[in-house]
Amino acid sequence: MAEPVRDYDVLVIGAGPAGLAAARAARGHGVRVGLVDAQATPGGQVWRHAVGQPPTPATGSLAAAIASGVDWRAQTQIVAAGPDELLAEDATGALRLRYRALILATGARELLLPFPGWTLPGVTGAGGAQALAKQGVPQAGRRVLVAGRGPLLLAAADTLRRYGARVIGICERTPADRLWRFAAGLPRWPGKAAQAVALRLRLARMPYWNDSEVLAAEGDDRVEAVEIRRGRQRLRLACDGVAVGYGLVPNIELAQSLGCALDTGFRHPHVRVDEHQRTSLATVYAAGEACGVGGRDSALLEGAIAGHAAAAGENAIPRALRGRQRRARAFAAWLRHHFEPASATWPAIAGDTLLCRCEDVTLSELEGFSDPRDAKLATRCGMGACQGRICGAAITELGLFAGHPATPDRRPPLFPARLDTLAAPFVPTKTGASP
Amino acid sequence: MSASVRVRVDGRPVEVVAGSSVAAALALAGVVAARRSVDGQPRAPLCGMGVCFECRVRIDGIGQQRACMTPVRDGMSVDTDG
Repeated sequence: MAEPVRDYDVLVIGAGPAGLAAARAARGHGVRVGLVDAQATPGGQVWRHAVGQPPTPATGSLAAAIASGVDWRAQTQIVAAGPDELLAEDATGALRLRYRALILATGARELLLPFPGWTLPGVTGAGGAQALAKQGVPQAGRRVLVAGRGPLLLAAADTLRRYGARVIGICERTPADRLWRFAAGLPRWPGKAAQAVALRLRLARMPYWNDSEVLAAEGDDRVEAVEIRRGRQRLRLACDGVAVGYGLVPNIELAQSLGCALDTGFRHPHVRVDEHQRTSLATVYAAGEACGVGGRDSALLEGAIAGHAAAAGENAIPRALRGRQRRARAFAAWLRHHFEPASATWPAIAGDTLLCRCEDVTLSELEGFSDPRDAKLATRCGMGACQGRICGAAITELGLFAGHPATPDRRPPLFPARLDTLAAPFVPTKTGASP
Repeated sequence: MSASVRVRVDGRPVEVVAGSSVAAALALAGVVAARRSVDGQPRAPLCGMGVCFECRVRIDGIGQQRACMTPVRDGMSVDTDG
């Protein structure tokens, strides 16, 4: 079978702020640019299209990219990496995407941690709840508890409220003293400070509890109540939804499968890049959250840097971009310092709590193993449809299998794919992939 | 006002605002669980961004599609095993 082949000078994976900036910067040098995203609309998570709402900056940015000649491929999932090309799948079938330079703008996902009852319908991520509301999942009248860690909780609560949900409270795990130190330093970034103040004012009447967390969700076939710890108190609240997120995890799976070196000095590894956003592989660049969660500002700047470098070389990078990028990264590092303690203990998990939702594997089933590979083979933990993306991050966070690399080898497919896609000829030879 | 499309969820017709995801159609149809886990537990969308695969449904006869990643289309037929 001869599946379609597309040839690009610069291929960009991910159409969030980093990917959009990368594609436009690269196209500005007149080269052939492809921009691919698994979603139907551009914007990634931070500029997610919201049903019935005005367009996000992503809409205009993509329109400009397309008008300049960028080839936009929506709803296209990358399945595997080969030499100088990627195997992808869209609604019509398999696709081979060839490139001279590749830019990974794969973003981040939410850190979701297990607790008793977390598999009940109605329990979602915090960013997850926000994404679902923007997709048109009705929120009117829903009683939702927002919980977890970090400034994303306020944004999630604000979105849910705007769509008509009744946010019954926000549980922030970070204790008050850390939050105050965070607030005290905020004026160093006036733009961020203004955003934070405006958000906090909009949510002024919403109960906000620090040093508090979800202990369990309860219900028969859906969540009906949630048990929380608030300081030393335990409370049980009736609710229709629990939206829990503990921050973000960089999506490094494609980089890993290509063989890019990772920066493992963080609890969740990042793609290692140099000052030109180049990875350890000469033709592969990375930008934005995949290089460490840094937010929209650094994603836009790094995307542009990578786009210039990939299309026209390091000398094409405008000098001003670098200074702005360093400043944006400094804000992210400072944010992480306050919301991510060096060590965290997670009490809200019992032996019979499911850790792997794809294969229904409990914590106690894993506890007999010291080697993650043995555990995986015996229990199927991490072998389900999410390919270990959810349970893997949770296992790292819970400190299971300490002493073993947090990022085992990545094997294709990167995402579940149709059999005829995987059957597409993809035979590596000395001269590259051949049909 | 935004245009709406008609889809069928487990055979029941539902009207959904154009541009919504299949996950929205499931909720509007009153479907609680998109699928059953290997041990038979009800599961519904968790991450909302195509990572967790808890919202897998059959769309127009093709199984294992993520409801949160698929926009509704007029005449679409969605089947859950929840």
